Amino acid sequence: MGKTFSKPRALTDVPTHYCPGCTHGVAHRLVAETIDELGIRGKTVGIAPVGCAVLAYNYFDCDFQEAAHGRAPAMATGIKRVRPDLMVFTYQGDGDLASIGMGEIIHAANRGEKFTTIFINNAIYGMTGGQMAPTTMPGQRASTAPAGRDTGSTGMPVKMADLLSALMTPAYVTRQALLSPKHINRAKKAVKKAFEYQMNNTCFSFVELVSTCPTNWGMTPKDALKWAEDTLIPYYELGEFKTPEPEEEQ
Amino acid sequence: MAKVLMKGNEAIGEAAIKAGCLNYFAYPITPQSEVAEYLAKRLPDVNGTFVQGESEVAVGYMIFGAAGCGERVMTTSSSPGISLMSEALSYIAGARCPAVFVNIMRGGPGLGGILPSQGDYFQATKGGGHGDYHLLVMAPEGVQEAVEMTMKAFPLAEKYRGPVMILGDGLIGQMMEPVEFPDNLYAEPLNNDDWATSGMDKRGADKKNIVKSLFLNPKELNDNNLTLKAQYEQMKKEEVMSEAYNTDTDYKGLIVSYGTMSRVCRTAIDTMKEQGLEIGMIRPKTLFPFPEKEIYDAAAKESCKAVISIELSMGQMVEDVERCVRGIKPVEWYGECGGDIPAPETIADVVQSLLN
Repeated sequence: MGKTFSKPRALTDVPTHYCPGCTHGVAHRLVAETIDELGIRGKTVGIAPVGCAVLAYNYFDCDFQEAAHGRAPAMATGIKRVRPDLMVFTYQGDGDLASIGMGEIIHAANRGEKFTTIFINNAIYGMTGGQMAPTTMPGQRASTAPAGRDTGSTGMPVKMADLLSALMTPAYVTRQALLSPKHINRAKKAVKKAFEYQMNNTCFSFVELVSTCPTNWGMTPKDALKWAEDTLIPYYELGEFKTPEPEEEQ
Repeated sequence: MAKVLMKGNEAIGEAAIKAGCLNYFAYPITPQSEVAEYLAKRLPDVNGTFVQGESEVAVGYMIFGAAGCGERVMTTSSSPGISLMSEALSYIAGARCPAVFVNIMRGGPGLGGILPSQGDYFQATKGGGHGDYHLLVMAPEGVQEAVEMTMKAFPLAEKYRGPVMILGDGLIGQMMEPVEFPDNLYAEPLNNDDWATSGMDKRGADKKNIVKSLFLNPKELNDNNLTLKAQYEQMKKEEVMSEAYNTDTDYKGLIVSYGTMSRVCRTAIDTMKEQGLEIGMIRPKTLFPFPEKEIYDAAAKESCKAVISIELSMGQMVEDVERCVRGIKPVEWYGECGGDIPAPETIADVVQSLLN
């Protein structure tokens, strides 16, 4: 029987430090498959965030820079502007992108920087141990919101894809999920489309991926998938929020 | 090349182009905004890149990203903006990337003022951001030297794979002087950027490069910091620059002063000489590495009764001067820290009363 499944060339052959049931591995794989399929490994520079994916450069087999917390879009801007021939992507979590890095992502998107952002939204801070994120759901418990998120004092969860799609600059903005094979297939298509927009020098591209964090949610991986499906998906609606071609808008 | 009359800020911008740096990121702040205005107009002529960032925080990381690719890159700012860039400076130093930062200092703390100051001496020479690192810091006394130091900064940044700072002040940025751009200061890139994230295809490499400052293994972090330390020790041996003035006399007092302030001191020294009082001066041109031996030797001269650090701050460089003089002579401080620049007569009065 022939080999039916193998590791993408753009991933290294090492165990990751991610927790059991975490969807980072799936997200890494989708990006790596895209890099392989587009044949761009030799001209790709990834930017790791501060957060669970800080060590992403150990898992991807392409050039990588490591950002300070939230600053990946500014670094990507610097790289892409001086080396437009490179393919550049940032890989950021919700504390990194939607909290401390909110300014950098909005302005990079608004300048129409020709790089791709993969945004992992799991509604909590992972690396630092389950603190409340801007994306944490109302009533969701976090180590800094032990009684559950109080929207009266912390506001409502930030919908990044919605927010970025409100900018007037052309962009590709989509929100997908990593909760089922069906979701993952769609997410893969979105990631590839995002990289293709960059490759054609069309626009900034942003893929939000609704993900799970069983460890910090205090759930089994299976329960985490169900909770995300029941709680996150109704609020973080999936779909394409913005495409650079107006006639293709959904 | 013929001399042209240029404002300091514009001359710094042109010097970067002449040095082969076509990548510039900045955020507006008085009194250095003319660098960005000049380069916004000039860089398109030479197929260069200019991005006005959304903040100095972001600009610091645009510099980091570009420098991490091994490209020549510069930013300019003024004191409060440099504070915001100091986070990135720490990361750039830790990740060992060459980049040039220009600080046209204004008064502080806080918003301070927009007049000339030398209040960022500590910030520039002792770190500024967090962690164990230094910048190579050069301090021009005028527009011509600002041009020359800017041109030298790029090859120095590449030699040491680290950030280099030009520390000027608002007067140097704003005043016009005749300048020339010496061709012989252009240096080809060292092309030792096999460490950079330039893309594996471009390097013809099958191994990825990682630009990072995180070393979770204590031994690796220790090794990285000791590498930095070795670079700083090499700078102390090879890069110290200073100028001695009137030190071939039996001077009774020694001034240590840099930048704009040192020009006033030179006039004061000339005046005092006419009145029969010899005063010497050491002008540090590099603030890190600091001209330690030059200051010690000048202070040690038998005729010299006292040393005075004259600066546009409430007394920052004086701590380094004291360190260098090692207690062999009394060390005093004089300065202004609100934006006014003391007149030569004031300096002469201060020095004379110190020696009486």
